[in-house]
Amino acid sequence: MPPQKKKFLFVNRKAPYGTIHAHEALEAILTGAAFEQRISILFLDDGVFPLLKEQNSGDIGLKDFSPTYNALSLYGVENIYVDEESLIERGIASDELSIKVELKTTKEVCLIMEQQDVIFNF
Amino acid sequence: MKFAIQINQSPYTHQSPDTAYQFTLAALKSGHEIYRIFFYHDGVLNGSGFTTPPQDERNVVARWSELAEEYGIDLVICIAAAQRRGIMDADEAERHGHAASNLAAGFRLSGLGQLIEAGIEADRLLVFGG
Repeated sequence: MPPQKKKFLFVNRKAPYGTIHAHEALEAILTGAAFEQRISILFLDDGVFPLLKEQNSGDIGLKDFSPTYNALSLYGVENIYVDEESLIERGIASDELSIKVELKTTKEVCLIMEQQDVIFNF
Repeated sequence: MKFAIQINQSPYTHQSPDTAYQFTLAALKSGHEIYRIFFYHDGVLNGSGFTTPPQDERNVVARWSELAEEYGIDLVICIAAAQRRGIMDADEAERHGHAASNLAAGFRLSGLGQLIEAGIEADRLLVFGG
């Protein structure tokens, strides 16, 4: 089997805690990064909420998995994109996010999606 | 063409496992290859062998098992997602001290690496269920 690198995009679209999607997406992302592919992540729609700083989910009995986002760069994730429009719609400023991200317009998001080999949607 | 399939939703509540099944069958009958079907999130419930719908309803789980037997399709259940939702083969059930196991015939438990590898190897990866 010849070694090949594909462009993988993981799209996060859901808020944390209400569903497990953001949490299990993160597990898939870390696995993908371990396979040494070209990994990008996009946070879109309610998917921007997991990036908020200072989450405290202890009182609702759920694990705060957001610190793991800090490890993404260590795992060799190439690009972390956030749809700027999604932040604006939700009244979130970029300095409220827990990690360094690249803000993209919706048009740029479309171009990013076009460039991928594989898109995982969570 | 070589397809990989990812299924994220549970049967009966959602139609997406049915749609994925119909797609898979149509693809196979048209001469395409299904490299793997990977079940994630609540999609792991597609592998619960205890599933017992009324007799006049389709049995989504048994249908997957039959497909695996007939076409030799690789049906992989994410082991971490399955442990959260109580889907276990005999080895896992024993290891965790459960009285019974319930992984349906034709399925196997494995890690998320199987999903990533399917994305690498297949020409197209299709995701069913948001």
